[in-house]
Amino acid sequence: MKLTLSWLKDHLDTTAGVEAVADRLTMLGLEVDGVTDRARGMEDFVVAEVVEVKQHPDADKLQVCQVSTGTETLTVVCGAPNARTGMKGVFAAPGCYIPGIDLKLKKAKIRGVVSNGMLLSEREMGLSDEHQGVIELPAAAAVGATAVEVMGLADPVIDIAITPNRGDCLGVRGVARDLAAAGLGTLKPLNAEPVPGAFESPIKVHLDFTSAAADACPFFVGRYIRGLGNGESPGWLKDKLLAVGLRPISALVDITNLMTLDLCRPLHVFDADKIKGDLRVRLAKPGESMLALDGREYDLDATMTVIADDDHAQALGGVIGGERSGCAAETVNVYVECAYFDPVRTAATGRKLNLTSDARFRFERGVDPAFLVPGMEIATRLILDLCGGEASEPVIAGKEPEWKRDIGFRPGRIQALGGVEVPAEEVKRIFGALGFMVAETGAQWRVSVPSWRGDIVGEACLVEEIVRVFGYDNIPTMAMERPSALPPPALDASQRRRAAARRVLAGRGLVEAVTLSFMPSEQAEPFGGAPDSIRLLNPISSDLDAMRPSILPNLISAVGRNADRGIPDACLFEIGPRFAGDRPEDQSMVAAGVRAGRSGLRNWAEPSRPVDVFDAKADALAVFGELALPVDKLRIGNDAPPWYHPGRSGLFRLGPKTVLASFGEIHPRALRKMDVKGPIVGFEIFLDNLPKPKTRKTAAKPHLELPSFQPVERDFAFVVDKDIAAEALMRAAKDADAALIAEVRVFDLFAGGNLGEAKKSLAINVVLQPTEKTLTDAEIDAVAEKVIASVEAATGGVLRK
Amino acid sequence: MMDDPEAIQTEILEATAAATTLDQLETIRVEELGRKGRITGFMKQLGSMDAERRKTVGLALNALKTEVAAAIEKRQRDLADADLDARLMADAVDVTLPARPEKPGRVHPISQTIDEVVAILGEMGFAIAEGPDIEDDWYNFTALNIPPEHPARQEHDTFYLPGQKDGHRLLLRTHTSPVQIHTMQQQKPPIRIIVPGRTYRCDYDATHSPMFHQIEGLAVDESTHMGHLKGCLIEFCRAYFGLDDLPVRFRPSYFPFTEPSAEVDIGCIREGGELRIGHGDDWLEILGCGMVNPRVLENCGIDSDKYQGFAFGMGIERLAMLKYGIADLRTFFESDLRWLRHYGFSALDVPTMVGGLNS
Repeated sequence: MKLTLSWLKDHLDTTAGVEAVADRLTMLGLEVDGVTDRARGMEDFVVAEVVEVKQHPDADKLQVCQVSTGTETLTVVCGAPNARTGMKGVFAAPGCYIPGIDLKLKKAKIRGVVSNGMLLSEREMGLSDEHQGVIELPAAAAVGATAVEVMGLADPVIDIAITPNRGDCLGVRGVARDLAAAGLGTLKPLNAEPVPGAFESPIKVHLDFTSAAADACPFFVGRYIRGLGNGESPGWLKDKLLAVGLRPISALVDITNLMTLDLCRPLHVFDADKIKGDLRVRLAKPGESMLALDGREYDLDATMTVIADDDHAQALGGVIGGERSGCAAETVNVYVECAYFDPVRTAATGRKLNLTSDARFRFERGVDPAFLVPGMEIATRLILDLCGGEASEPVIAGKEPEWKRDIGFRPGRIQALGGVEVPAEEVKRIFGALGFMVAETGAQWRVSVPSWRGDIVGEACLVEEIVRVFGYDNIPTMAMERPSALPPPALDASQRRRAAARRVLAGRGLVEAVTLSFMPSEQAEPFGGAPDSIRLLNPISSDLDAMRPSILPNLISAVGRNADRGIPDACLFEIGPRFAGDRPEDQSMVAAGVRAGRSGLRNWAEPSRPVDVFDAKADALAVFGELALPVDKLRIGNDAPPWYHPGRSGLFRLGPKTVLASFGEIHPRALRKMDVKGPIVGFEIFLDNLPKPKTRKTAAKPHLELPSFQPVERDFAFVVDKDIAAEALMRAAKDADAALIAEVRVFDLFAGGNLGEAKKSLAINVVLQPTEKTLTDAEIDAVAEKVIASVEAATGGVLRK
Repeated sequence: MMDDPEAIQTEILEATAAATTLDQLETIRVEELGRKGRITGFMKQLGSMDAERRKTVGLALNALKTEVAAAIEKRQRDLADADLDARLMADAVDVTLPARPEKPGRVHPISQTIDEVVAILGEMGFAIAEGPDIEDDWYNFTALNIPPEHPARQEHDTFYLPGQKDGHRLLLRTHTSPVQIHTMQQQKPPIRIIVPGRTYRCDYDATHSPMFHQIEGLAVDESTHMGHLKGCLIEFCRAYFGLDDLPVRFRPSYFPFTEPSAEVDIGCIREGGELRIGHGDDWLEILGCGMVNPRVLENCGIDSDKYQGFAFGMGIERLAMLKYGIADLRTFFESDLRWLRHYGFSALDVPTMVGGLNS
């Protein structure tokens, strides 16, 4: 919403300058987006009169003018075709900066004639692209006066961002009222004296609604004005509109724009001679359409309000007028409409037709329902003043919608909620200045809300009005109350685990990414797919049309993008949601990571190798370890989901069902679908599936017993069938003497050679930890025999000789 | 028989000193002190001597043996040291070669910023609450006093899903505020929560991403008022930016879910296209807040005559951009490793108030 300082002063009696006004507006909640001082830098340009024009002796297209600036008469060389004797223009002396051509003017000799300055065009002043001739000022302009003042430019434009609740401030007067309440001046009275009607309007108005739709347009004020002339608007009106970016069109159109911008009272003016019969306000008929003033034909439906004559819809209520009955230069008889249109319907109509207008913007935020008759009187007076003619009696259909309401108000709430003490007299003054009426009845007041403040619905709203006008700056700052000196923890156990997982993975060389929760549904297919329930109805694009069923594809495509930038060995992780459906329980928290290409940077000390499944497994285990999960109780299954390599992937399970994580090489088919080069390994840790940490009464760790005897190690190599799981062999070895065997490690894997195709050799290192006495050789040998027997029984493995 | 022990000693010591290898020394030791060695031989002859002579010669022999053994041992040590020195010199490497390379990981600036905000607000007694990304329009709008035709509802560009829940359309939450509703439905005041999380709006250009992060705060009890709201957020802004005197101003604004409402600006300096946070002649909007609208409390079954409180919400990416000088919102989600390494944080850099957030 734009207005100028002088326009504001039409309504506000104040001496405040533009900065004070702008600051106060912002602190009232009418945020100033910007102040444009159109005159800045042009204060030195003066009004000058051309007193003599002669042809330049040496140039056909130039003239030599004698220009009077009031104090002296100077020779100025000018190329403008419109420069002529007696004309008044804008004169810039040498030394002035010319903004439109970014030049500091100097005295110059032009084809042998010295020019002592310049007459300016609009382009040279930076006002427009107009450069056909120099600016012509009105004959009445005083020679020597400051040009920007004469031109109405010395009036800064203030641009305010109006919040959706403040429809009343979409007119300059509403803004002035707030400023007056804030002590920045007094609101001037508004003259809405009735204009006597000279005749009865030949056009009547009928509100044709069923009772269900009666609120679409409950109140309509019309007036016939005959015998007018629709010419150009006077300068003051054109200047106002131009200053806020509106093009003047004709007096009638300009008046409706002025009413909208000045008083937030949108009107429509029909050419009465183009109306057939009476006007009917009704819902549009199916299949009805209307050619609007913007030149477009709109297809209407039965939710939209139209103002129609006998033949056609002539206006779309609250949104836009119709081209058929629009006013033109020849218009002599008009019918003025000033109505109340339902905000919800107006907004819906505008949205459906994708049609924005100044009228819609105001009606959908709610115009003042008690300002129809006064608005009509003011508009009538303006039309009669600017266009002449004769007005009919007003035509009134329907009645003012009910808007009066009282709100119970406890003044103590200002302190209790707003945190600031405001003296009762000041409270009453603010209410009064804003148009509220206060009835004091003890501790609880009754406050009546003015017709233009539909946003005020409760006591808290009233507190806001008082506090915002009194000033948020005046609220004393208080520290939050602390129930105890130390706060409780902010994170719960699962949030702490998530934080720990993040730091562990970053500590392992993985870089954290945050990718979008969306992904292309097509790419989701190989990763479990996105059911219809999580496909967006209005995606931003087809590559972001589904909620991700897994984080992996997003990380994999990030690997691909990094590879395209020359970084093939990306290691990335993300902790975030995945979606299996649209219910809350379908969303789960996952820590996922990928490693691509080669493990480690190429270097002189050791060879690098391609990443493999054990890199991903190690990442998952590192997280489990950090989260103190019972890693030895986890079972590894080889039934990982199909987006992994079927032979190089696995699952970590706790118990028969709960899957804690999957890991493995990403299936080449999935990579191909995403057009990303492998190898890539990845893992997904399902954080919500992890067993809840036990809540323990004590933080004390279990008692530590340090054995006083040295551990003993023995190595074994077993030949087993190729498909025997190393884990089974290790467990069998451990189970041989669970009390004595502290650890079993695989230190060699060998296949081929003379073992044949079907066999492999696994070498293990078994650590015995005696707790009571040093083991004798015989005892060690006995344990070794048990290990061999246990492994053989469990796996068929034979000790390799 | 030994004629001149001194001469023998001299001879052996000279030989020992002349030995240049451990092998030569060993040879000397065997030849003199070994089982069949010369000195051992002399010792064996002692038995055939008379007592007087045995005593004299014995003493001399023992002295000789001790001297020689000590000399050999010393020479052995010296040679071993020299040998080690020589071997170490031979083992020298070019220490200017690079160490085995390690690629440290990084923590994303969004995670780090959330951790920072939580560290500050946690000190004020706020605990984290969370909720689903897929909500319905009652939780996302209606309960927050945004009725279907409210202009504010139209300003949210909402992603919708095909499903419904209890007759309400499913959508991606446009803000973290629905978690306020869930919390107030489940928990009696006093309530102090902060809600970090993903939020979604159907908008994609230079300054908008269809997904971004917010952190929401809610404090509800019997007495918290706007003075506390100011206190809480002024402290927060100053702690987060590490500027004790950072100007913070509260400006009236409008949100359907708060009444009164405010926007919060912090001081800044704009110079030559650069923006610096701090004392200056300009302001920068940073968050929205207000006292919880009584209708919102009532929608959650909380008696608005008894309880009141404040709520605030801010964009995590915006906070991170301002503090860490990140220019473009969209880069947060592009997973460009060069960007992540540059703007990311060390795994060990865990924000805490005791350690300070702005080292």
